Amino acid sequence: MPKRLASSLSDEVLEHVFSFIQSEKDRNVVSAVCKSWYEIERWCRRKIFVGNCYAVSPEMVIRRFPQVRSIELKGKPHFADFNLVPDGWGGYVLPWITEMAGAYPWLDEIRLKRMVVTDESLELIAKSFKDFKVLVLASCEGFSTDGLAAIAASCKNLRELDLRESEVDDSSVHWLSHFPETYTSMVSLNISCLGSGEVSFSALERLVSRCPNLRSLKLNRAVPLDKTANILRLAPQLVEFSACTYSAELRSDVFSNLAGAFSNCKELRSLSGFWDVVPDYLPAIYSVCSRLTSLNLSYATILSPDLIKLVSHCPSLQRLLVLDYIEDSGLEALASNCKDLQELRVFPSDPFDAEPNASLTEQGLVAVSLGCPKLQSVLYFCRRMSNAALVTIAQNRPNLNRFRLCIIEPNTADYLTGEPFDVGFGAIVEHCKDLIRLSLSGLLTDCVFEYIGKYAKKLEMLSVAFAGDSDLGLHHVLSGCESLRKLEIRDCPFGDKALLTNAAKLETMQSLWMSSCSVSFEACKLLSQKMPRLNVEVIDERGPPDSRPENCTVDKLYIYRSVAGPRFDMPPFVWTKDEDLALRLSP
Amino acid sequence: MVFEKDLNLDATELRLGLPGSSEESLRISNKRALPDMNDDSGVAAAKKCDQETAPPTKAQVVGWPPIRSYRKNSLQTKKTEAETSGMYVKVSMDGAPYLRKIDLKVYKGYPELFKALEDMFKFKVGKYSEREGYNGSEFVPTYEDKDGDWMLAGDVPWEMFINACKRLRIVRGSEARGLGCVV
Repeated sequence: MPKRLASSLSDEVLEHVFSFIQSEKDRNVVSAVCKSWYEIERWCRRKIFVGNCYAVSPEMVIRRFPQVRSIELKGKPHFADFNLVPDGWGGYVLPWITEMAGAYPWLDEIRLKRMVVTDESLELIAKSFKDFKVLVLASCEGFSTDGLAAIAASCKNLRELDLRESEVDDSSVHWLSHFPETYTSMVSLNISCLGSGEVSFSALERLVSRCPNLRSLKLNRAVPLDKTANILRLAPQLVEFSACTYSAELRSDVFSNLAGAFSNCKELRSLSGFWDVVPDYLPAIYSVCSRLTSLNLSYATILSPDLIKLVSHCPSLQRLLVLDYIEDSGLEALASNCKDLQELRVFPSDPFDAEPNASLTEQGLVAVSLGCPKLQSVLYFCRRMSNAALVTIAQNRPNLNRFRLCIIEPNTADYLTGEPFDVGFGAIVEHCKDLIRLSLSGLLTDCVFEYIGKYAKKLEMLSVAFAGDSDLGLHHVLSGCESLRKLEIRDCPFGDKALLTNAAKLETMQSLWMSSCSVSFEACKLLSQKMPRLNVEVIDERGPPDSRPENCTVDKLYIYRSVAGPRFDMPPFVWTKDEDLALRLSP
Repeated sequence: MVFEKDLNLDATELRLGLPGSSEESLRISNKRALPDMNDDSGVAAAKKCDQETAPPTKAQVVGWPPIRSYRKNSLQTKKTEAETSGMYVKVSMDGAPYLRKIDLKVYKGYPELFKALEDMFKFKVGKYSEREGYNGSEFVPTYEDKDGDWMLAGDVPWEMFINACKRLRIVRGSEARGLGCVV
């Protein structure tokens, strides 16, 4: 009797204690302590993150976690961003929404990335979840403004609608007008991906003026300058704003209106947008620059002198996204002005030109690594690099945790020595002990992978292209990188041996992508047979891999662990070992 | 890599200029103008030849460089907007590791153009004379015309020039001696 009392008391106490544990990882650890903790924890888990929507089925999630309020799902592999995953591959959210509609009436947050979302799914969300609050569709596709209209009309308590980088079809519905006049709860609205036909200014202004809690507003490209000023005046409490400016000549009345509007925004910390910006209008934002922590100028064709002026007004900057127009001189100015900088992303203004469009070299990155002690995250596109520069960067910034370098021309060697970049990237992984994400580029041999396998013990995600000499390279990574979750490879001479030798490793990882490598269909079938909890998908639009000669390599390969077994929504160009291959071949 | 694109028609083409000069030296200076590009691919060139069966002109590789479509589209619309309305040509200078693009329509004549180039690349054009070419300067503006010939900029009337000019190159004075000029 006392035992039962004690255990029922501790259930409630435990549940209360668990409510303070928010992180997914910690929750998973807690649930593994013992059976009773597993039981208690599963009933009080409110937030679920599924990194690969095919790793588990919605039924399994619902069975284990009956009272979820918030779910995050990711669909297609990362290389889908660069058009390497054919249309129709998968990542459909409807089955999830259908199951959750019945099981989780109190679900209030859905966050999706790289998934196919139909209007039907959006309508089902609008209908099924009474207290729906947060919808984030990142890099999604398959829906139109009709679906948005359904959300706007039904979700009375919607706080966040974020369509970042999604593809939305314009159905000519004035969806914004579907928010009822009584709706006032918007906190964060991101519609920067929408085309010009899809937003009505008057509806937008009315919406903004009746939502006093609006903190983040990211408008689309079509909003002209005078409208921008109006909207800012309606929402001076904004913390994040995405501005768009017309490509027009400077008019002093428009300028002073805009400058005035910005100066009212005392809480503004993050600015983005800036499509078609005319540099003469930039001083309109100077009044907020000193407080800015995040600036995204990666759509703006502002040249280095104007960028230097702008950056010198922003001493609190923590995050900067910019085009290579900033040049080495601009990055040097950044390094001396912005000592709090944590994240830098430099994109190429003319990626397909063989010759450089702007004077941006490895020097700019070296300057920032020297001058910005808090720099942690780097994404850098450039056309030349040296091992010496990489070593300098590694030694100066051992606190880097994300380093993604793209030397635009494949197989480019060190411009000073003609050597591959093995030593340079080796230095990065050796010195930056907390590195969790790395993207390689340039001329690289198997040596670099030996360094990575030896030193990159915390690395979770690795991207490789046009690198390596043999299977040994892949083997080093799979056998050495203990924390590896995601590995994506393209155009490398890696094949069957490394894959089959390290089959067991693949089950400890979330996924492996290999395209234009040297893996045979035989090896894929063998791997699939050996490892029943791996889904081995051969993506090949050329036809059945079986019908080609034995030594022909597969086009694309996507391997991921799953407790849900093979999926049922595979398109004709995805081939697995399964018996239904025979069914597929018959018309 | 860039000059591989140029077809070598030396054997059959008529050239205006002193024999045994111009094309060769300019080709060499082409190489030097972009040392980083060529040295980089020097080592890799051998490797590349094994892999590539594609012609030297750059075929775009799918999904490379890794830039998302919405970014590419955003850059492309800017390019087409700009290029349909102006006469954009690339300008490079020996020793400078980058190019610029300028709109020839913006300038009214050679003096404005040269002033702009001087500001852009920080050099001095020098005094021009029909007989001796450019005097008193280390660098000389040249351009590639519609026939693929490299000419000294400043000879022909301005209107003729902007219609013929495909690209500009600022070369070292020594290289430009004996360059083709319209007689």
